[in-house]
Amino acid sequence: MGPDRPQYILLPARASTVAASFAGALLLDFLPWPDLALAPDFVALTLALWCVRQPRLVGLATAWALGLLVDAGNGVLLGQHALAYSGLAFCAIALSRRILWFENWGQMLHVLLLLEGAQLVSLGVRLAAGAEFPGWSLFAGPLAATALWPAVTWLLLIPQRRPIEIDENRPI
Amino acid sequence: MEHTPPPFFVRGPAPLVRLAFFASLSLTLLVLDARFRYAESLRSVLSLAAYPLQQAARLPVAVAEGVAGYFTSQSQLREENAELRARLLVAAQGAQRFEAAAAEASHLRRLIGAAERIERKSIPAEILYSGRDPFSRKVILDRGTQHGVRAGSPVLDEIGVIGQLTRAHAFVSEVTLLIDKDQAVPVQVVRNGLRAIAFGGGASGMLELRYMAANADIENGDQLVTSGIDGTYPPGLPVASVVRVQRDASYTFARVLAQPSAGVERGHYVLVLSSEARLPPYPEEAASERKAARKGRPKKKDADGP
Repeated sequence: MGPDRPQYILLPARASTVAASFAGALLLDFLPWPDLALAPDFVALTLALWCVRQPRLVGLATAWALGLLVDAGNGVLLGQHALAYSGLAFCAIALSRRILWFENWGQMLHVLLLLEGAQLVSLGVRLAAGAEFPGWSLFAGPLAATALWPAVTWLLLIPQRRPIEIDENRPI
Repeated sequence: MEHTPPPFFVRGPAPLVRLAFFASLSLTLLVLDARFRYAESLRSVLSLAAYPLQQAARLPVAVAEGVAGYFTSQSQLREENAELRARLLVAAQGAQRFEAAAAEASHLRRLIGAAERIERKSIPAEILYSGRDPFSRKVILDRGTQHGVRAGSPVLDEIGVIGQLTRAHAFVSEVTLLIDKDQAVPVQVVRNGLRAIAFGGGASGMLELRYMAANADIENGDQLVTSGIDGTYPPGLPVASVVRVQRDASYTFARVLAQPSAGVERGHYVLVLSSEARLPPYPEEAASERKAARKGRPKKKDADGP
């Protein structure tokens, strides 16, 4: 959304859209993935998107609650994803104004750093709890998730792009 | 956060304060869960909340299977039917021999006055998905305490043991696979009855027999079955076969690797055995020692060595 490109005025995001997208992301996370190393964490990606786009609507409390759900659903240590997602949400909100100035590639670079950071927090928690390092493929998941960033942005902003009334003479 | 809002826009506590609050909350939960295991009830409630989504996630696979099943040709079905009938015949023959042998064994056990083995109930279950955790090896089953499964039960497939049910929620339960780093199974070599403990090998997908003396009588291709001395696993279930034995004079122990017999990471349907074995009580001394050990350091539930 650079200054020299056409900008779209989006409708305000509705809380129901956000909730539905989180439910969808959780569902995708619970799918039986054949290869877990490359499976992107959809919840983290969706959370990053809404924290960047709607920092007043989606905040740390949402992130923390989602993290707990993911923890319980996957049977990992309670609080592991909650901690990682809280950190992710904080950084995403802090960077939200900055990220939106970049084009797709710049945005993806920022998101990659955010997601890898969240993964790093998870890794730190598990190593502290006595697990062994599972290998560098751990950091491939966020790469896959970042590749999906433009598509997910486009998809989740559809409800906001819809015009209320169609007027032939109005440009937007 | 270089852009803090002016104080006349009320936006609640500052973001850094919020982060500190939620991070400390998470850390408290982590310590409670990892060190003291106090968070199990909260976990059950949360898993109940996640249950509809887990079921919904299963839907596409179920629909795909249904559609694929609809288009299965008749010849395929007939082939499969014939194959299944042949397998049933073999199984029926095995079952008859087993019944006779079991009757004989129980008769002999009665003669020598040993405790009779009770039949264990088994509950069939389906694997919903594998836990999304690169640090451990777990799968989630579609049976919970509502269907009568209990934490601690052994879980099998049609070939042998695949793991142990470590956490039972209301409608789903978690199975820690044999190859998980923290999972241990007491085993016995079929050839000579040598007892050992098989630990999970983590990412390698193998089992490791630790604390085997360097001169222990164990060879490549030896079949390992559960020994049953822990009271959790019934004796005689196939576990693994030895694939590599390294004996090095400079170490006290041999390094023994074994390949799990069952489809630990494949399979779709499993059997949960109930673990209601009638066990004699612990001897007095051992019981008090055990209690002291529990008090001193909370033992991990899933590390289940004897």
